Amino acid sequence: MERKIRVLIAKPGLDGHDRGALVIAQALRDHGMEVIYTGLRQSPAQIAQAAIQEDVDVVGLSSLSGGHKTLFPKVVEALKEKGAEDIPVIGGGVIPDEDIDYLLEQGLQKIFTPGTPTTETVDFIKSCVSGDSHE
Amino acid sequence: MTEHFNEQLNEWKKQVEKTNERFPERKEQFVNKSDIEIDPLYYPKEDQVDGEYSEKVGFPGQYPYTRGIQPSMYRNRFWTMRQYAGFGSAEETNKRFRYLLEQGQTGLSVAFDLPTQIGYDSDDPMSEGEVGKVGVAIDSLEDMETLLEGIPLDQVSTSMTINAPASVLLCMYIAVAEKQGVPKEKVTGTIQNDILKEYIARGTYIYPPKPSMRLITNIFEYCANEVPKFNTISISGYHIREAGSTAVQEVAFTLANGMAYVDAAIESGLAVDQFAPRLAFFFNAHNNFFEEAAKFRAARRIWAKMMKEKYQAQNEKSWRLRFHTQTGGSTLTAQQPDNNIVRVALQALSAVLGGTQSLHTNSRDEALALPTEESARIALRTQQIIAHESGVADTVDPLAGSYYVEQMTDEIEKEVMEYLDRIEEMGGAVQAVEEGYMQREIHQTAYETQKKIESQEEIIVGMNEFKIEEEVHEDLLRVDEQLEQRQVNQVQNIRGQRDQSQVDEQLNKLKQAAQTDENLMPYILDCVKSYATVGEICHVLRDEFGEYTGM
Repeated sequence: MERKIRVLIAKPGLDGHDRGALVIAQALRDHGMEVIYTGLRQSPAQIAQAAIQEDVDVVGLSSLSGGHKTLFPKVVEALKEKGAEDIPVIGGGVIPDEDIDYLLEQGLQKIFTPGTPTTETVDFIKSCVSGDSHE
Repeated sequence: MTEHFNEQLNEWKKQVEKTNERFPERKEQFVNKSDIEIDPLYYPKEDQVDGEYSEKVGFPGQYPYTRGIQPSMYRNRFWTMRQYAGFGSAEETNKRFRYLLEQGQTGLSVAFDLPTQIGYDSDDPMSEGEVGKVGVAIDSLEDMETLLEGIPLDQVSTSMTINAPASVLLCMYIAVAEKQGVPKEKVTGTIQNDILKEYIARGTYIYPPKPSMRLITNIFEYCANEVPKFNTISISGYHIREAGSTAVQEVAFTLANGMAYVDAAIESGLAVDQFAPRLAFFFNAHNNFFEEAAKFRAARRIWAKMMKEKYQAQNEKSWRLRFHTQTGGSTLTAQQPDNNIVRVALQALSAVLGGTQSLHTNSRDEALALPTEESARIALRTQQIIAHESGVADTVDPLAGSYYVEQMTDEIEKEVMEYLDRIEEMGGAVQAVEEGYMQREIHQTAYETQKKIESQEEIIVGMNEFKIEEEVHEDLLRVDEQLEQRQVNQVQNIRGQRDQSQVDEQLNKLKQAAQTDENLMPYILDCVKSYATVGEICHVLRDEFGEYTGM
């Protein structure tokens, strides 16, 4: 049987708005993925640790508090430090367009902004994972 | 039947007269553009009266307050226009406050940054990246002094969105007022102080439910004696709705939480009429116009019945559900953001027709970033247009008697009561929260909504229909990224300048008191006055109470 895609959904920083994170987690599950949700207030190191421990294929970060420019790159960095830079990191939330290029330069694979259909995120994750396995 | 109605009517007329003596009506005569005179209130003619009207709808300012909590509502005074603001440093926020007051805003509303809301100082490792982002960073009394500089606290009422550390920030506010020469008995405002909805929907909790409820009842008791004009809690459905609930769930879970606070206060030894008049509520105004207006009317009726019948409150003030409203943040779209101005106007109108006491209108750009000054001004202007141009405030509860609105009010009440019964069976709101019941209900609704939007069963104009290619939005408000470092330096400076032995002594006294069942407010006030920081005070209590770690 084909292994299910495993995704870690995480809330870095102190932001408590988890409606988006929970909705995405549910949508990914409905599309046959296994989703681990970290809960609130996770440090970048904790998120990287969880990603490795749970052996996930993708990490999805959510932030609505404006802390994304500091916190998202730190997760990428923490994964790199632990030798897990092959796990792609994506992000979403209230993120101004002008920050997106910066986040992509910092190693994020993709940023989803408000109004994105969950199917678009599903398709992106699938393409991420199949892209990896063809390498 | 008509006898009772006539009694109510006469009582209402008397109340109106009394109110008008204290606060004269806004105009000598209210007329529309056709010169037709507008009465303060429209009600059934005597031959149309039935018992149902008297019992369920009644008159404004009278039990069960379906038509409003004051006899003539906005004929005398408009609702308070209270825009929530705060970002970056105390200096910057102080400037925005003064700007808003100059623009005709009538009350302040402080947004704190996340570290302050969760009881961490700006230099705590947990605070990294979050300092000054969603609100103002307050570490010590010095920051609070800066925040309120030049604002007369005997004239301006201030609402503070602060929950887990509400006791600390309220003490800071009292301390600044005293320095301005304004005694505690005179300060007015509101602290949110609603921890249950933090576990349910908003996430800025610190301690587990039980000690958190103790802090809340400590505040009720202290304020009843010392700060009698302050609203000690704002029981909030707003965030429950933002997290995805329906209108019925919003009212049900909010009122269930309200009952839990009443129960806790009674259990701590307070009499219901001692604290209930200072309870306030905070609701959301969403897109479905009549549903929202009916929701506010239903919430008032349910609470009044609850307080009178279940809790046997004698003071009429304990029966009245007073509420603040904010328009629905999650209804705003990042696409074609100017459309949000129209959404906000409709939502605000439903709140006014629902009889709100104060109102925050969201800015058009909030799905993208914090609002710019221009966007914040348009949001305030929206309220001013409703108040001064639309005429909707010229008569009380103009929707009453509409078959649709009255029946919707009844149906919302019925469904809310079903939820309240279910929660009571579970052992009350605290128990339901600990079991994750409300969280699951809300999450399920949120997911259903998302699916309806994606299938276009729900149309969101500009987002899933009527779309256009858009340009990058350039004129967004950016929080200065250097601010965090400056705030870190500042709190470290304060620690160097203050009398450390005094701080240690006060923190130690607080620690001792936390181990007993004494009221902690006087101890927290002493800590604050010695320039102990929010983080230091909350850490003492963390050590004693433990931390809540989520579901």
